[in-house]
Amino acid sequence: MTAIKAKNQRLVLIVLAAAAVIGAVLLGMWGLRDNAAFFYAPADVARKGVPLERNVRIGGMVKGGSIRRAADGVTIQFLVGDETDATIPVRFTGIAPDLFKENSGVVAEGRFQPGGLFVADEILAKHDENYMPPQLAKRGDKHKTETLR
Amino acid sequence: MIAEAGLATLWIAGALSLLQLFLGASALRPGGEALMRTVRPVAAAQAALVAIAFLALIQLFLRTDLSVALVAANSHSAKPWLFKFAGTWGNHEGSMLLWVTILGLAGGAVALLERSINERTLIATLAAQAAIGLGFYAFLLFASNPFERLSPAPAQGQGLNPLLQDLGLAFHPPTLYIGYVGISVAFSFAVGALITRDVGPAFARAMRPWVLGAWIFLTLGITAGSYWAYYELGWGGWWFWDPVENASLMPWLAATALLHSVTVLATRDSLRAWTVMLAVVAFSMSMVGTFLVRSGILTSVHAFAVDPQRGAFILLLLALYIGGALALFGLRVGTVKEGATFEPVSREGALVANNLLLSVILGIVLVGTLYPLGAEAVTGEKLSVGPPYFNSAAGPVALLLIAIMAAGPLIRWRRDQGREVLQRIALPVLLAAIVLFLVILLVPGIRILPLLGLVLAAGTAAASVAPLWKRNLRRTPLFTWGMVIAHLGIAVSLAGMASEAAFTKETLIAARIGQTARVGPWEIRLDAVDPIAGPNWTANEATLTARRGTSEPFVMTPQARMFSSPPTETSEAAIATSADGQLYTVVGKPDAEGRWQLRLWWKPFVTLIWFGGGLIALGGLLSIIGRVRRERKPKWDEVYA
Repeated sequence: MTAIKAKNQRLVLIVLAAAAVIGAVLLGMWGLRDNAAFFYAPADVARKGVPLERNVRIGGMVKGGSIRRAADGVTIQFLVGDETDATIPVRFTGIAPDLFKENSGVVAEGRFQPGGLFVADEILAKHDENYMPPQLAKRGDKHKTETLR
Repeated sequence: MIAEAGLATLWIAGALSLLQLFLGASALRPGGEALMRTVRPVAAAQAALVAIAFLALIQLFLRTDLSVALVAANSHSAKPWLFKFAGTWGNHEGSMLLWVTILGLAGGAVALLERSINERTLIATLAAQAAIGLGFYAFLLFASNPFERLSPAPAQGQGLNPLLQDLGLAFHPPTLYIGYVGISVAFSFAVGALITRDVGPAFARAMRPWVLGAWIFLTLGITAGSYWAYYELGWGGWWFWDPVENASLMPWLAATALLHSVTVLATRDSLRAWTVMLAVVAFSMSMVGTFLVRSGILTSVHAFAVDPQRGAFILLLLALYIGGALALFGLRVGTVKEGATFEPVSREGALVANNLLLSVILGIVLVGTLYPLGAEAVTGEKLSVGPPYFNSAAGPVALLLIAIMAAGPLIRWRRDQGREVLQRIALPVLLAAIVLFLVILLVPGIRILPLLGLVLAAGTAAASVAPLWKRNLRRTPLFTWGMVIAHLGIAVSLAGMASEAAFTKETLIAARIGQTARVGPWEIRLDAVDPIAGPNWTANEATLTARRGTSEPFVMTPQARMFSSPPTETSEAAIATSADGQLYTVVGKPDAEGRWQLRLWWKPFVTLIWFGGGLIALGGLLSIIGRVRRERKPKWDEVYA
C-alpha cells in the first residue's frame, strides 16, 4: 500500500473499530446461547420440566431432615424445596460451603439427569448467614429476607 | 464532635468542588482570564479538606465510637487494630468517602504538579474533575452520610464480615480505587483537551503518567484480589468471573488499550480521536465498575449497599457521566485534526490491532456481565453467566491478542517489511513450536486452551526479551525495560494460568485420624483435628503432615473457623509453596463416623500467575519513572520525537 491519506486512514480505523464492537457482541451472543445458566426453582421444574444437557442453577431451601451422607463421606444428597410442594433431589460431591445446612437457602449449579436428579458441580458459597440468593429474596421468602449489609 | 467536624469539612469540600467547576467554566469564557489563577488553589484546598474528613472517619473507627451509626454497624471493639483501621472502608459509606478522597487528592496533585500543558486545558481538566467529584459528594452527603449519629449508642458494634477481616482489605480497595480515580483523571484531561481543542502530543504526554499510574494500581489490585480470593475463599480457584472481578477487569482492559494508544499519540502524533475515545471508554468502565460493585445490584462480599435508592442514585450518576462524556465526544470529535499516518505493517498497526482485540475482549466481558441484569430486567428470566462463557468466548481472542503483543515490539514504527518482521520473530516461533511438540508428546490429552497457553507463553517470553537483543543494556531507556518486563509478565502469568488449568491434581476424601491421602506427588497424613480459639473466632484446626517422596515432611494446619460477630464460618486454607507449585489444603466438616472431609490440591506453577502480575506492574513502574525523567529533560524529548 502506498501513502495513505489521513482521512482515509481514519475511515479505515472507524470501520475496524465498528467491526470489533460488532464482532464482540456476536461472539458474546453466540457464547451466551450455549453457556448462560438459567435459574430454576422447584416450582419451575414442576411446571416447565427440566432441561438436560446444559448447565443450570437451582435454588431454594434445603428441606429439613433431607440431607443424607453417602458412605464415602464426601457425597451428600438432599432435597431442595420452595413455597410450593415441589422439590428437587440434589447430589453433590465435595465440601459443602460454610453454613450449608437444613432449612436454609441454597443455590447450586450443575446439570439435571434424565431421572430428575440434579447433580451439582458447585454449591454456591454464602458470605454470611443472612445472605439470601437474590433469586430467593425476590420470591418473598419469609424466613430470611434480610440481606448482606 | 469528630463526626460533626468531619461532616462539616465534607460539606465544605463539596462546596469547593462546586466552586472549582464554576470558576473553571467562567475562566474559560471570553474575559474570564482573571479567574484562571483561582482554580488551582481551590482544587488544592478541596483535596486537603476531603482528606481531613476521611481522617476524621478513620479516627472514629480507631476509637470504635459507637454513637456513629456506621461504626456501630460495621465495627466491634474486640477487633484487632489493623482491621478497625481498614474497616473504615470495609463498608458502603466509608468506601465511597475513600473514593472521593482519592479523587480530591488526585485533583489536588494535578493542580499543584502539572506544568507542561496549556493552562486553559489544565483549567478545563480541573473543571471536569470537579464535575465528576460533585456527583460523588452529592451521593455521600444526601444518600450515604458516613458520619450519621446513632442515638442511643449501642453497647457493642455488629462487627465486620469475617471474610473482610484480612490484611487484604487494608490494600485491595484503596489500590483499585486509585486505579479507577487515575482513569478519571485521564478522562478529565481528555475532556479538557476536547473543550480547548488541544488534542495532540502535549496533551498525551500530560495524560500518560496518570494512565500508567492508574494501570499499575489496577494491575496490582486485580493481582492482589485474585490471590486474596484464592487463599481466603478456600475454593482453590484464582479467578471466578464474578461480576465484581469483571468490574475491575474491564477498566484494566480499557486502560491497557489507552496506555498503548496514548503512547502512539505522544510519540508519533497518530490516533488522536482514538485515544480520546478510549479515555471515554476507560472512564465509563470504571464508572460501570463502581456501579456494579456499589449499587447492591450484585449480592456478594463486595456489595455493601442494598438500598435501592442508592442504587438508583449511582445509576443516575453513571448515566449522566457516560452520557455526558459520549455527547461531548460526539460534539467535539469533528474538531480533532487527523494526525500522522502509518502503514498497516508497522508498530502503530500492531498497536491498533492490540487496541481492537482488547476492545473485543472488553465487549465480551461487558456483555457477559450485564446480560443477566438485562435479561432479568426485560424478561424476568433469571440466569447466570459463568466461566464456560467467558473462557470460550474471551479465551481465544486473548491468545490472539498475546500473540500480537509478542510480535509488536519487534516491528518498526511507521512502516516495516513483512519479511523482515518474520525473520525477527522466527526464533520465538521456533521455541513455541518446540514447546508445542514437547507438550503434546509428554502430556497426552491436554485440552486445547491450556496447550495453546503454554505454547504461546514460551514464544511470548522469548519475543518479549528480544528487543534487548544486541543492545547496550546500560543505555537502554527505562521505559523500554518497562515494556520488556511487562510483556514478560504477561507470558509468565499466562504460563501459570495454563499450567494450573492443565496440571492441577485434586483429591477429596473423608479421612480418619492417621489416614494418608495422595495428591499429585504428595502424601498427606491427617494427624489430628483440635478445637482452637482466636480473638473473635473458634476453629477446628487439622494437623496434616505433608511429605513428597523422600524429602523432609512438614506440618500444615488448615482451619474451619466459626466467627462470633457476625456469626459466620470460613475456611482458612493452609498453603505450602514450593519452587514448582503450591499444595493447597482445606478441612471441612466431620461426619457421623468421626471422619473429616479433606480437600487437597496440587497446583504446579500456580504462583506464576501472581508473580507475572507483579512483573506487569513493575514494568509499568519502570515505564512511568523512565517517562517522567525523560520529560523533565525537554532536549532529549526533541531528539526522541
